[in-house]
Amino acid sequence: MSRLLRWVFYAVIVRFVVLFVLGLNVRHRQRLPTRGPAILTANHNSHLDAMVLISLLPLRLLGRVRPVAAADYFLSSGLRAWFATRIVGILPIARRRESPEDDPLAGCDAALARGEILIFFPEGTRGEPEQLAPFRKGIGILAARHPHVPVHPLFTHGLGKALPRNEALLVPLVLDVFVGEPLYGADHADDFVDTLRERIMALGREERLAQWD
Amino acid sequence: MSLLGIPPAVVNALAAILAILVTATLIIAVMHFSRAQGAPAELVLRIRSWWVMFAVFTLAIALNPTVSIVFFALISYLALKEYFSLIPTRRADRSVLFWAYLAIAVQYYWVGIGWYGMFLVFIPIYVFLLLPMRMLLIGETTHFLRATGSLQWGLMLLVFGLSHLAFLLALPEANNPGAGGAGLVLYLVFLTQFNDVAQYVWGKLLGRHKVVPTVSPNKTMEGLIGGVLTTTLLAWLAGPWLTPLSGYQAAAAGLLIGFAGFIGDVNISALKRDLGVKDSGQLIPGHGGILDRVDSLTYTAPLFFHYLHYLHY
Repeated sequence: MSRLLRWVFYAVIVRFVVLFVLGLNVRHRQRLPTRGPAILTANHNSHLDAMVLISLLPLRLLGRVRPVAAADYFLSSGLRAWFATRIVGILPIARRRESPEDDPLAGCDAALARGEILIFFPEGTRGEPEQLAPFRKGIGILAARHPHVPVHPLFTHGLGKALPRNEALLVPLVLDVFVGEPLYGADHADDFVDTLRERIMALGREERLAQWD
Repeated sequence: MSLLGIPPAVVNALAAILAILVTATLIIAVMHFSRAQGAPAELVLRIRSWWVMFAVFTLAIALNPTVSIVFFALISYLALKEYFSLIPTRRADRSVLFWAYLAIAVQYYWVGIGWYGMFLVFIPIYVFLLLPMRMLLIGETTHFLRATGSLQWGLMLLVFGLSHLAFLLALPEANNPGAGGAGLVLYLVFLTQFNDVAQYVWGKLLGRHKVVPTVSPNKTMEGLIGGVLTTTLLAWLAGPWLTPLSGYQAAAAGLLIGFAGFIGDVNISALKRDLGVKDSGQLIPGHGGILDRVDSLTYTAPLFFHYLHYLHY
């Protein structure tokens, strides 16, 4: 039942909001992965970021796509947890370790082993609208553990204007998405996180984006 | 013949447009098979998009007037959204932008109930005065003039201007017994789009002297004149079928649409050049964004409407 609901949610509601109410301009769409395992990484501005990235992939992949999201926030109440895990289909991870033996990324390892496509926001939080915060270490650890899984850098622009943190009013604006060439943990043993951040920032400089002040 | 209660003149005009599209598609097919490198990919995409636009537009004007009005409101929405996404905006104005979107629904509501006076003054007066007031209440004064000016510019062209297309459907049918409002819309939209293509084709064939080199370097005097003359000829031929205009009046309407379409086109070109973008978006493959397609209509719609209104309503 929740599988069907999830499909309706993404195929109808999310696509209507993302493609019609908002609208997408996608550059280099052909660089997107066509199968798992893979990791999509992007800058993070809004709750809708994950929905936008999922809308980029064909619906046949929907069953294999999981946005990685903070357990402390999304599992905080019953209804929110049901919606996040069953409908949005998040893979919850702990942002902090409870004890030194904990491995917050164990769930991601298992999902990649199953051939799933993870959506991962290396900043770990939405932060200031349209500003790229420092990256956390998680994505580097994950890439090192799965050196042959492609990690795709993506840059999105516009959701920080359309629906920023702490705002309830959605203001329709067309979003820009730039897809980068994938990176592999195997090629960047020491500087993965820095390289990835650099690549995402470089995508954001590809074109002149509308000023927001 | 008459289908679904659509006036025969409109059905015939649609059939003529269909014939043009079929011809264009056949030319592309011949290019595809006769040239080593095939037909240019951009051209193939463009023709394919014309088919889609023709189908959507035909449904929109043929079903019933309410559907047509909602259709034009959606065009205004998509165009305004594209515009707001391209221009510099201020964080403080999020709610003002939202109000601007609401103005679309209100403006087309006036069209729906046929309230001509309100349709004319709502955006140039009420919205023009009200939106800056909303900004004042927010209190951000940095770039205030830029924000109010660019907001109103977009609303005037993309909501007020384009809504004239919809108001053609609200004009009394009795004044255009042969083809009704749908005939007027078809006449204006077809001639405007045809004029764009004709100017492009004449420019490619004979183009020598640039008209506005700093704004749109590919536009030539030969393209402009050739396009305007072709459009005028077609306007003169189709006028008696689709509109209440006499022969001379229809030819003058063709001149008006030809020149105004050109200005509307380069007007949006100047905007894009200012903003440093090539296309306004990716909504219509081969054409660019919706602004790239409705640019000429932002000028031709209000000008043709008031020309026609002055003469016949």
